[in-house]
Amino acid sequence: MGERLGSRKALTWAGNNAVTLVFVAFTVFGFMASNLSVGWFLGELMGRLYRNAFLVISLIIPVVAGLGLNFGIVVGAMAGQIAVVAVRFLDIGGLGGLMLALLLAAPIAVLFGWLTGLLYNKTRGQEMIASLIVGFFANGIYQFLFLFVMGVIIKVPSTHPLIIPSAVGGEYGVGIRVTVDLGAADKGGLKYALDNIAKVPFLYAVIGIAALILVLQIVRFIRSKKTAGAQVNKMSTIFNMVLCLVVIAIAVYSKITRNSLSMVAKVPVVTVLLIIALCIFTEWILKTKLGQDFKAVGQSQKIAEVSGINVDKTRIIAVIISTVLAAWGQIITLQNIGTLNTYTAHSQVGMFAVASILVGGASTSKATVKQALIGTILFNAMFIMSPEIGQAVFGQALLGEYFRTFMVYGVIGFALGLYVWKANKATKLTIE
Amino acid sequence: MSEKLLEFKNISKSFYGNQVLKDVSMTVKKGEVHALIGENGAGKSTLMNILFGMSAIHETGGFEGSVMIEGKEIKIKSPHEAMDHGIGMVHQEFMLIPGFTVTENIKLNREITTDNAVSKVLGGRLKGLDYEKMNHDASKALNTLDMDIESYAQVAGLPVGHMQFIEIAREIDKDGIKILVFDEPTAVLADAEAENLLKAIRRLADKGIGIIFISHRLDEIVSVADTVTILRDGQHIATKPISETSAADIANMMIGRAVTIDREESADRQISDEVALKIENLHVNMPGERVKGVDLEVRKGEILGIGGLAGQGKLGIANGIMGIYPAKGKVTFNGKELPLNNAKQVLRNGVAFVSEDRKGIGLLLDEPIELNIAFTAMQVEDKFLKNFGIIKMQDTRAIKEHANKMIKDLDIRCTSSMQKAGSLSGGNQQKVCVARALTQEPQLLLVSEPTRGIDIGAKKLILDLLKQLNEEMGMTIVMTSSELAELRSICDRIAIVCDGTVAGILSPTDSDTKFGLMMSGVTEFEEGGNE
Repeated sequence: MGERLGSRKALTWAGNNAVTLVFVAFTVFGFMASNLSVGWFLGELMGRLYRNAFLVISLIIPVVAGLGLNFGIVVGAMAGQIAVVAVRFLDIGGLGGLMLALLLAAPIAVLFGWLTGLLYNKTRGQEMIASLIVGFFANGIYQFLFLFVMGVIIKVPSTHPLIIPSAVGGEYGVGIRVTVDLGAADKGGLKYALDNIAKVPFLYAVIGIAALILVLQIVRFIRSKKTAGAQVNKMSTIFNMVLCLVVIAIAVYSKITRNSLSMVAKVPVVTVLLIIALCIFTEWILKTKLGQDFKAVGQSQKIAEVSGINVDKTRIIAVIISTVLAAWGQIITLQNIGTLNTYTAHSQVGMFAVASILVGGASTSKATVKQALIGTILFNAMFIMSPEIGQAVFGQALLGEYFRTFMVYGVIGFALGLYVWKANKATKLTIE
Repeated sequence: MSEKLLEFKNISKSFYGNQVLKDVSMTVKKGEVHALIGENGAGKSTLMNILFGMSAIHETGGFEGSVMIEGKEIKIKSPHEAMDHGIGMVHQEFMLIPGFTVTENIKLNREITTDNAVSKVLGGRLKGLDYEKMNHDASKALNTLDMDIESYAQVAGLPVGHMQFIEIAREIDKDGIKILVFDEPTAVLADAEAENLLKAIRRLADKGIGIIFISHRLDEIVSVADTVTILRDGQHIATKPISETSAADIANMMIGRAVTIDREESADRQISDEVALKIENLHVNMPGERVKGVDLEVRKGEILGIGGLAGQGKLGIANGIMGIYPAKGKVTFNGKELPLNNAKQVLRNGVAFVSEDRKGIGLLLDEPIELNIAFTAMQVEDKFLKNFGIIKMQDTRAIKEHANKMIKDLDIRCTSSMQKAGSLSGGNQQKVCVARALTQEPQLLLVSEPTRGIDIGAKKLILDLLKQLNEEMGMTIVMTSSELAELRSICDRIAIVCDGTVAGILSPTDSDTKFGLMMSGVTEFEEGGNE
């Protein structure tokens, strides 16, 4: 009996984490099928993690506040791009240029976030669809701004590196170029302006972070002895501590033997610190009065309203925070990539971020920092792995590309379907 | 004890010309449990909505009369203002957030916060939460109620009885709470829990809080209240100290005799002793109208009424038999067991249903009358169809002919059989529903709330129609209604449903007191001398 209950529990757990498990299995399979070096894979994966984590984490607060998955971070990404173009246009580079871009992006993103927040309040219950459409709609305005306003209304000489020169050889150009080179940071550009401030070898960073977590876990373990009802956490704390020790051991071993792990690219310290700061910020804000209101509104708008919480305003604040974070996240991504695809860079941001957080085990009503980070790692692992598997199994990397597209939309569809199915099951009336 | 805490003075209110409160006055003293009782629609909710300044009152032109707290007239414009005046409400449906702990719910939007560096710059909403103090307050409030609930437990897993107490704890945790309104607080509670609740209410009153206690359960009122005010049809009937009255007395005043019952029996009615429909231990999970084990027999050719107060489960019976809500139990019709949770089979067995939810499941509002009339018969019995082998098509001509006959027979006032059902008046819509049921040529007709939302003239027509069907065609009818008077005017027997079961079966000529007591859950009573 107990055994059967146990196996049923395991099945339920597997069902709840189906998406995550599929991605873990896929990554493992990828390693078996292709002969990728772990070092190369990790380097690639870490690079993508630094690049995308910010954007994925920006989705958490709207989920907590009951708005669902905010595909509308596309609008935030546009705000970031507008700021980047402005900074490039004024030809301010380096760290100063990057800071200016972050500063400029904030008010634009606040405005965009406020407007989308207003829209979500009008489309209550359909926020996710509204957020998708808002992205498409904003794209139109964005193109109008960069293809028409820049050049026709604001006159820019044809010689400006950002502008498409006039076709008829006129004095002024029309529109921002399709691809804008951001230029190297040390030569007055933006590329790696953040990443290159300080870098440490990967293994040192791993040892450092693992040691930090270990210390935190020990502190927590000692504290939990004092408070009652913490028995459940004890096991996971011990597990985490052991995990940290294992990671440190592997890192030290790799350092000594100089295996492929020691070849992983260096870690951009400031970028990682920013991501950690964002994680802490997200956790912290959810513990404030505002965070409590987010949670209350997220679970029941009606009860929150009756208790005197200003529901509409709270929801708008959640959207604004998300949009600003997305704008900054996009700037961090762009400084890492080094070129801006002016008209397409933002278009997939929403889809990929949403797919990432879903892979981490989040749903439209529940999301945590942990899920965002795990999801970003697994999702990008799939991204790196797909063409390799396509090459190894079918002799065609392109097949992997198709598979990649299939997985992105498949994950979103599956996770949304699963969520509705669960919700229906929970509200279905039965007679027992 | 004699200090006046809250006073309603000559309150009148009408919605769109329909007067729902007429010159009602009521006084709640300090430390008093004041029961407010009346049938559905007597005006209790409207009175409370006025007290809480609900927007439904202001948006319909306000009210006449005045509300006074501690001798001062106040104008309450929103529930929030009511809260500021020390008026609290324990809701019938719980206003609790399931994912929050007990403490978080008690302190919802009244959290105790602590300053931090960020909040000093960016404002109060970024303050941290002081769980230690909040837990302390929550435990204190729960202790006042003598409740042993862990304040850090999540609400989602708690029993229903505890939730009610958390709601109360939230109200008494508020500063300066003076008046507490309980709206049918025991409706969802088990007996033991209800008893605890009544004790807690008494304890709160002893602390000097004025309590308005709305309930249908007379025995509770007699045991806990100091004073009782009875409303009927928006009018103040009486306010009496509980010591000077009795359950029977209250029941009598609550029901009254609003309309004279004119029953005329035609001589040649045949009600056989044969049982047409036998219901055994029926359970139905209809939210808000749960049926918890009903046994009932309907004789062939009779009109059986099912009455009772809202929320007690009378509507669940017909809905359960028809398979609209999940049901279990045994239902036998003409000696044959009906499959439950299977609407089609029940319909095929010759049972027709006129639902209380006319606009929701009774009619296809955007379709013409003729299709509405033919629809069920078409779906269930393949009537009005032309069979072309692979596909079946509507026989439009047959549908029209039949509809026109029904329109004539039932006197449905419409422009033509093509008029949209949604554009008809309530009474005519109901006739279309009856016509649809009759098209099935049923042997048993279940009718729920046939006169709900219909003007008085049309009400009589509908009732006459039912009576006519019964007398002329010998159709067995089970009629469920909230209006006792109409049940008493046409039914042969009336089953009163209370708390999901049949409390008893009365004759339409029984006294008001008997009906009132049985509806309020009092089963043992001595016959008073007022007949």
